[in-house]
Amino acid sequence: MAKVLMKGNEAIGEAAIRAGCVHFFGYPITPQSEVPEYLAKRLPEVGGKFVQAESEVAASNMIYGAAGVGMRVLTTSSSPGISLMAEAMSYIAACELPVVVVNIMRGGPGLGGILPAQGDYLQATKGMGHGDFDLIVLAPSSVQEAVDLTIKAFELAEKYRNPVMVIGDGMIGQMMEPVSFPDVEIGPPLKPGDWALTGCVNRKPRIITSLYLDAMDLHNHNVHLKKKFAVITEHEQRHEAYNCDGEYDVLVTAFGMMARMCKTAIDTLAAEGIQVGLFRPISLKPFPYEACKNAMLKGKRVLDVEMNMGQMIEDVKLAGLGARQIDFFGRAGGVIPSVEEVMNEIRACHAKAKEKNP
Amino acid sequence: MKKVFAFTDGLTRLPTHYCPGCTHGVIHRMIGEIMVELGIRERTVGIAPVGCSVLAYKYFNCDMFEASHGRAPAVATGAKRTRPDLMLFTYQGDGDLASIGMAEIIHAANRGEKFTTIFVNNAIYGMTGGQMAPTTMPRQRSTTTPAGRDPAECGFPIRMAELLTTLTTPAFIARVSSHTAAQSVRAKKVIKEAFEHQMAGTCFTFVEVLSICPTNWGLSPKESNRWLEREMMPYYPLGVFKRPQESTGGDHGKH
Repeated sequence: MAKVLMKGNEAIGEAAIRAGCVHFFGYPITPQSEVPEYLAKRLPEVGGKFVQAESEVAASNMIYGAAGVGMRVLTTSSSPGISLMAEAMSYIAACELPVVVVNIMRGGPGLGGILPAQGDYLQATKGMGHGDFDLIVLAPSSVQEAVDLTIKAFELAEKYRNPVMVIGDGMIGQMMEPVSFPDVEIGPPLKPGDWALTGCVNRKPRIITSLYLDAMDLHNHNVHLKKKFAVITEHEQRHEAYNCDGEYDVLVTAFGMMARMCKTAIDTLAAEGIQVGLFRPISLKPFPYEACKNAMLKGKRVLDVEMNMGQMIEDVKLAGLGARQIDFFGRAGGVIPSVEEVMNEIRACHAKAKEKNP
Repeated sequence: MKKVFAFTDGLTRLPTHYCPGCTHGVIHRMIGEIMVELGIRERTVGIAPVGCSVLAYKYFNCDMFEASHGRAPAVATGAKRTRPDLMLFTYQGDGDLASIGMAEIIHAANRGEKFTTIFVNNAIYGMTGGQMAPTTMPRQRSTTTPAGRDPAECGFPIRMAELLTTLTTPAFIARVSSHTAAQSVRAKKVIKEAFEHQMAGTCFTFVEVLSICPTNWGLSPKESNRWLEREMMPYYPLGVFKRPQESTGGDHGKH
């Protein structure tokens, strides 16, 4: 299909429709407001429902309701709004409902700012709500990839009956790039399984609940969720290894738009004769530990670059288990590191890698 | 012999966990019977709250959600908007609806969501052990107002039916009581009308049901009934506050 020039947020909205999601519940917040704005216009055209909720608390519970009756559904927000969805995300994961949530991150903590940041990595991958549960978390580094991963998110959510978060920084949401969509106007609707509350015609009533008053029942439910995510971990790891085929001393680890900027730095340094690899996890959860470790062990030293104060570095350290020194370069609050700054950090890391037993 | 009374197919046969004297069971039965009488049981999805009736999903013989505390109207919104062919009801207590879920109920009512809310008001938090609710009466003792609710500190009880009636959006809003057989018969008629409005896709429908809590009020069921009549009914008058045709909301957009 021909490419069209679209803003990231609008492309995400369109991608949802192409994936067959025609229902959206959300609340405006910068820098993701173009998603609800786009869908407010588009969803009535495709016979879907758009509801502007009174809060992110309500929006996330609305998707709980819509998914529970067997409908494909989306909500989107940005960092402070995502925090308000923590309650519902825990319930949705506990009840194993397929929903997709998009977080177009802005600087935090608190009200923070409205500029791009990556400060919600740990929230998304380690602590989206109370209790033991995991989200599948996918991080695009271009508008096209945001489209592709949004479509993939619905597929994974339904395959595993698990909430999926697509997480991008504000840049992904705000910038315009040429994108192509699948050649289908509206994807086929979700075929609800025997879990959905569709009305108990000729069958026993169904219940969607996360209440288990018996401790052993609740323990067993936790074990079930953990086992399910073990399957997801085995099958759904995604990453990109850039410039990793040849030899390099330094491996850069980064995700989302930051990884894309690192590529420019790496390409420029290659002209100077410094070969640098890049490891970019696409699935932040499940994190591709093994692939990350392999890329790490090919080099001598690692530079982790993030638009936060060091969050994914926890997983990079886990991947390496102390096998390599890991330097960190981060800017938070909406400060986007320049390519030159990244190059300087890589040069410094490269110099240390060349030292004997640093 | 002619059978004149039978267990309703609208409820499961499980014994409920409610305390002696509690009227949740009576209110459950009304809804169960209405589902059968209207022939909607197989297309009804109910939403249980957090509170005493958290386990209501076990008792209604239809598809059921369990919602997080106060969010049932948001859950119902998501379900009803995407599956308008289903009948949706939320069953909520006073802590759930009038305290933590205040935003969700007001906005669902204001959007005119086409579902039915049954709001059980017994002026106390029951499940957590008798703490003050937004509907607790002035001077009423609770475990968090041991000297009695002081309106200077805690404000006055919130009249939800009246509050929602102030909204311009068309709605069916009523208050009934479940403490006597006669009142329960009237209550059921009103709740049935609410469901009928939903069946017709007319408007948001809300029925507040006054209820007793002998356990946490520290009174016998008989004393509880007297207390409800003496303390609650003057402050929470019964009646239908709003019917959809009485609303002027439809004219507001015209110039």
